[in-house]
This record gives sequence, structure tokens and C-alpha cells, in this order.
Amino acid sequence: MTTQIILAGFGGQGILFAGKLLAYAGMLNGKEVSWLPSYGPEMRGGTANCSVIISDTQIASPIIQKPDVLLALNGPSLEKFEDAVVKGGTIIYDSSLIASAKENADVNICGIDATETAIRMDAKTLANMVILGKCIKETNVFTIDQLKDALKKLMPPSKAALYDLNCKVLDAGYEL
Amino acid sequence: MAEKMLMKGNEAMAEAAMRAGCKLFFGYPITPQTEVAAYMAKKMPKIGGLFMQAESEVAAINMVYGAAGAGARVMTSSSSPGISLKSEGISYIAGSDLPCVIVNIVRGGPGLGGIQPAQSDYFQATKGGGHGDYHLVVLAPASVQEMVSLTAEAFDIADTYRMPVMIMGDGMLGQMMEPVEFENLPKREVPEKTWATTGTQMKRKKNIVNSLYIEPDALEKMNNERLERYELVKKNEVKVETVNAENADVVIVAYGVMARVAKTVMQMMEEKGIKVGVVRPITLWPFPTEEIAKVAESAKAFLSVEMSQGQMVEDVRLAVNGKKPVYFYGRNGGVVPSPDEICAEIEKIVGGMK
Repeated sequence: MTTQIILAGFGGQGILFAGKLLAYAGMLNGKEVSWLPSYGPEMRGGTANCSVIISDTQIASPIIQKPDVLLALNGPSLEKFEDAVVKGGTIIYDSSLIASAKENADVNICGIDATETAIRMDAKTLANMVILGKCIKETNVFTIDQLKDALKKLMPPSKAALYDLNCKVLDAGYEL
Repeated sequence: MAEKMLMKGNEAMAEAAMRAGCKLFFGYPITPQTEVAAYMAKKMPKIGGLFMQAESEVAAINMVYGAAGAGARVMTSSSSPGISLKSEGISYIAGSDLPCVIVNIVRGGPGLGGIQPAQSDYFQATKGGGHGDYHLVVLAPASVQEMVSLTAEAFDIADTYRMPVMIMGDGMLGQMMEPVEFENLPKREVPEKTWATTGTQMKRKKNIVNSLYIEPDALEKMNNERLERYELVKKNEVKVETVNAENADVVIVAYGVMARVAKTVMQMMEEKGIKVGVVRPITLWPFPTEEIAKVAESAKAFLSVEMSQGQMVEDVRLAVNGKKPVYFYGRNGGVVPSPDEICAEIEKIVGGMK
């Protein structure tokens, strides 16, 4: 099986890190993975995206034409990629920041209050983790525990104190 | 099994170089290869090596020239405009028969161009760049793991033939992350550097590093000796991956990340009942001419797919040598040909055959 995921949002929302976490979790669970960022004159407030492929077989092109999953944390990102999502795919978007997604009966569309949820938990920079929690629930790429294990290994020692909070936020996203 | 790490191509390449014994790195920052220098700056001091950010690309390549002359394993990296600046120095290094490793993480050109991935430096890398009759061995990895193994091998190839080796990636390969491991990197026996200018200590005749030969006969002799080594490289060092090419309707010739897109196209076309093969040159110089000629015996047509306006396609045509039609498809300026675009191109070719 191959799952192609595009994560997109504003620079500074932790899009690239969230993608790296998915790829890392895939690697730890014996999958082939690739993580391809958009790069350029990106900055906080600009747009950023990354393409993550998780597969049981060798990954040919790391570029995603038609994602199975789109995680969108701002309006421009949703507009840019929503039409590309495959039939039967999933879109999860942050309804705190995006009014609505285009209706599409062929796609599982979930608007969740990611940013609001993160703020309520006193973790305003962790909307990315709320979205990832929901992504795990909707897609079954991994279990939430596999993702938490990966997070533990990926977080630098200087941020280890934030591990528990990240996990709580992941759980909150999973429950939404 | 060795533990895998998730790393960016640029960083993995820097790590591989250090593990291959590179102790000196001279560079100047430029997107999209800056992570190579950043990684070297962080790690080199820890292994007793030296990272130096030179005042310019021209300075950096001449520092490489000096270090290589003294027999050190030395590396520099840059992206397209920076490689143009380094080209004079590269010609001098080649003319002085010195080994070194040069990385080009190619971006769109010409001029300052852009910072997105491209393959438009193929001519520069394989046909010269600098002046004079010289060649670089040009290695074109297609994955982060291959960036690691080819980087390690690059130093041994350079030392074996006393010539500069270029690793040519693109912005996408440099920036993307994939799992890598650093165990069992390729390693060869390499000749001792008896020619290095390490000081005679009054015990031997002095070694001289030089590319200036005023007497035409002397210069021709030096150049012809080098030519003999180039012939050996052509005989021994060609690397190519061929997939599904026998009797294929269309064989895509593509290198680096384009070859991976080509493999996606191969799978997509299989569903439509069209047999697509892929030939992926791993060495761009020496070019896998014989392999492509062999494939041309049974394949019906060739399509060179590049992130350029059509550069490698010339070498593909020379290799196919009129036996079969050779087509080209490319995007440039930082645009990557999509699988859909390439599929459409193949359908056109196959449609024309019927």
C-alpha cells in the first residue's frame, strides 16, 4: 500500500515538522518513506507545504500529483490542493482559519477546529499536532501510539519537556 | 541491520563525505545547497577537520586546488551560478591532475536563474564548463541513499584517476528527506599520493603542481597522458540502471530525480498496455553509450526526459546512432515534468508508430 499525503499551511505552523514526523514514523515502522518540502523564499506568514509518501514498496517519484490525504492549515493551501485529492481520499482542514471546503461527495472532508483547540489547551503553536491526531483517526496510516513513539525519538532533548503536551494535543485531535 | 536515519540529501552527502575521510571543505553559500556547508560547519571541527566559508566561489575553488595539491581529501559544493564561478579553478585542477570532489545541486538558469530544481547544467558538467580538453567524472544520484554511496565513491574515483569528480544533484534531491544508512559504504584501494606537495624534508625530489606548459610538445604530452586515464575511466567506471527496456515500446532515458518520475510513468503506462522501459545513467560522464546502443537493438523508440531544454538528449542520439527514433521532453526553469505530461508524450509517440 502507498499513502501520499500533502501537508500545507502558513510558514510557522509546523507543517514541515508534522510531515517529517509522519515520514519518521513510517521509517520506524519499516516503511519506505520520502519527505519533499516546498522550498524557496519561505518565511513565517508565507505558504509552505510538503509531500510525504509512505509505502510498502520502493518509492518512485517523490512528487505527489494526486494526494490520498490533504492536511490544510490555511485557505490558500486548501484551494491549491483540494481538487487534486483522489476519489476516496481525505481532506482535513483547520476550520478555525478556513470558512469551508468545496463540496465533494467523493472525498471524506473533515473541518476541525485545530487552532482553537490548540489555543484552548494552552498550546497555540500545536495546531499541526491537532491535525495529525485527526489524520491518524481518519486514515489509519499508523496507530496514535506509533506516532507518539516516533515523536519521542524525533524531539530534540532541548524540547523533551514539551513531549507530554504534544501527546495530549495529538489525543485531542484524535478525539475531534 | 544498521539504524536508519531520516536525512536531507544535502546533509546526508556532507556526512558521507566526512565518513569517506574528507577533512577539508571550502565553500560559499547558495540555495539550494546551503545545508551541505551548514552541516560541514557544525560537524567538521568535531572530527578535527576544517570548514571554511571563503570570501567567494573563486576563492573557495582555489583553496580546494591548494588542498588537493597537498594530497588532502577535499570537497566543495555549490549550485549552478556558483559552479560557473568555480569553472576556471576546476579547469586548473583538471589540468594539474588533482583529485577533489565538487558538488553541484543544480537550480534553474541561465544567469542567476531561480532556486528550484533543474538539470540544465548537463552540458557544463559533461562537456567542459571550464576551458581546455578535460573531463570530470559526473555522478548523478537519484535518492538520498545514493547521494551517500556515490559521495563516498567519488573520493576513491578521484584519487584513483587523479581527477576531479562532480556529484550532480538538483534542488529537489538536496532538500528532500529519505531514510539513509551509512554502514558498508563503498571503499576501494587507492594509490598513494606520491605526487603531493607535502614538503621534501630534503629526502626526495620536489613535487610540483602546475598546469602551465609553455612548450606545445610538453603540453600535448601531458594532455595525452591524461587522455589515456580518461579512456580507463570510460572502460571501468560507467554506471547505469536499466529497467524493463528489452522490447519496450518506448525507453525513457532520464537521470537523477527525473528517473524516478520515469519509473512512475512506467507503472502508469503498464496499466494502459504500453511497455515503457527506463535507462538511468548514473554516470553522466562517462556516458553509458554502449548500454543504450544495446537497448536500441530491441526497443522501438527513446524519449529523453530532462529538466532542461534538451541537453542529455544529444548523447542519447549519439548512442542510439540512428537505429531508432529519439524524442525529447523537458521542462525548465525549475519546473519538473509531471508523470501525466510524460505519459501524454509517450502516447503521442506510440500513436505515431501505429
